Amino acid sequence: MTATVPAARRPRRRDRGVDPIPWWLVVVGTLVALYFILPTLIVIPLSFSSASAFEFPPKDFSLRWYENFFTDPIWLGSLGNSFLVAILAALIATVVGTAAAVGLNRLTGRFAGFLRTLLMVSMVTPAIVVAVAVYISFLQWHLVGTLQGYVLAHAALGVPFVLVSVTTALGGFDPKLLRASASLGAPPFRSFLRVTMPLISRGVLTGAIFAFVTSFDEVVIALFLRAPTFQTLPVQMYNSVTFELDPTISASSSLVVVVVTVIFLVPLLIGSRKKTR
Amino acid sequence: MTTTRTSRASWLLLVPALGLLAVVLLTPLIQSFFRSIGTPEFTLEHYASLFTDGVTMTVLGRTALTAVIVTVVAFLLGYPYAYLMTRVGPRLRGVLLVIVLIPFWTSVMARNYAWIVLLQRGGPVQSVFEFFGVTDVSFQGSVVGVTIAMSQVLLPFMVLPLFSSLGAIDRKLLLAARGLGSSPLVAFWKVYWPLSRGGVVSGLILVFTLSLGFYVTPALLGSPQQSLIAQLLAQRTTQLLDFAGAGALGILVLVITLALVAWANRFGGTISALGVASTSQTKDQ
Repeated sequence: MTATVPAARRPRRRDRGVDPIPWWLVVVGTLVALYFILPTLIVIPLSFSSASAFEFPPKDFSLRWYENFFTDPIWLGSLGNSFLVAILAALIATVVGTAAAVGLNRLTGRFAGFLRTLLMVSMVTPAIVVAVAVYISFLQWHLVGTLQGYVLAHAALGVPFVLVSVTTALGGFDPKLLRASASLGAPPFRSFLRVTMPLISRGVLTGAIFAFVTSFDEVVIALFLRAPTFQTLPVQMYNSVTFELDPTISASSSLVVVVVTVIFLVPLLIGSRKKTR
Repeated sequence: MTTTRTSRASWLLLVPALGLLAVVLLTPLIQSFFRSIGTPEFTLEHYASLFTDGVTMTVLGRTALTAVIVTVVAFLLGYPYAYLMTRVGPRLRGVLLVIVLIPFWTSVMARNYAWIVLLQRGGPVQSVFEFFGVTDVSFQGSVVGVTIAMSQVLLPFMVLPLFSSLGAIDRKLLLAARGLGSSPLVAFWKVYWPLSRGGVVSGLILVFTLSLGFYVTPALLGSPQQSLIAQLLAQRTTQLLDFAGAGALGILVLVITLALVAWANRFGGTISALGVASTSQTKDQ
């Protein structure tokens, strides 16, 4: 380690001499970086404020909003619903999306390309357009305000993320391995479980995490599917800034930010452990 | 024989995903299209009224203007940031990339709540402006506040395609231009800028397109008098119960969006940029 440091430094120092990074670029870059993280930065101190108004910086600190969050059945119920919906939606999206990625990986031609684009299209379709169309159709199918309705809608949103990450993982996969496994007498499904799956497991996990977080955080479609009997946490957060002005949202925001950050760190940690091994 | 069997099995693997897509996305959109041209019977009046009711076009114009401002802000902030990313060492580049991705994994509602607190009357952002003597600017309930909050979350869609296009530019060309006697500004304008244009165009189209469909941020930070197209769509659906009119407006927004996305895709922007966002942990570590 110590031996590589000067070797890595030398070209950088020379680079700096010939063509330095201008100071104003560093200033602009720092300000933009601050702009990226500003909302995330203030959410946690805000949650420990004791004031009842939305004020920043907080004057006194207390845990009352956390206490509210963990004692109010509406907040806790929404949290439970969000977890339930996100787990089921991620499960479906992962199974369905992995199957589609494996299928598309073996197919070529214009029609397969068209289907891939079609499966990705929800990523760029405005959420509000989907939400309105889904709301009206789900009204007819009696799915508004039901667990099934939320899970179906959120699973569909998760599929593109699974598709992208599994496709990336399959990019480094050698199909000769499958032929070898078949020549040793393994039926296709066992080859998939014993050969393909372990090699693409990280892509599948990454996709599942993205599908989970997408659902857990989704608010636009959830606002249309909500019912007094069933709503998710982002919807309750939306209510709390529009009608109720309930500062419990600050505790809930910090919890969500921390939970999601931890969830995102999981594949990173698994990846780095694999690399050091 | 085996190839046809594996290819048939491969097509079958796509069935569940396509089924889910059909139930959640395609059928509702197709239904709303037929409702928009078939209520009460075949008619184009719902589309015609979008252009003649006086409200839709005003709101669409305001939405487009907001999207243009957000796009310009994102470009002015994103270009130097993406350029800085190409200049620093690999470790700092990793840090800068993680910072770009933070808006993606900060919860939508947490982020909007934070902006409400920061931008409210008497809030920290207003205090900063007052400190510099600007007292007559209001952020909450105004387009300015909506722009600040929207630019923050759309900036990654500018930075990521720019980063991949700026990173591919050979800096020796700049040194060559300098060596031949051009000033830094001329070298940038004549050599660097033309080479970066692909990333610029895809970033611009991407940010503009995505900002057209924003619903939560304008609803929370804007004002009802300054509503944008997504709010109009929601209002027509849930308050006026004008499903046919909402369908027509939704189809219009969808067509504009998909056309712009397809255009951005020609520059290699859309899907690949989103792919970078979702798989960056695996790619750039």
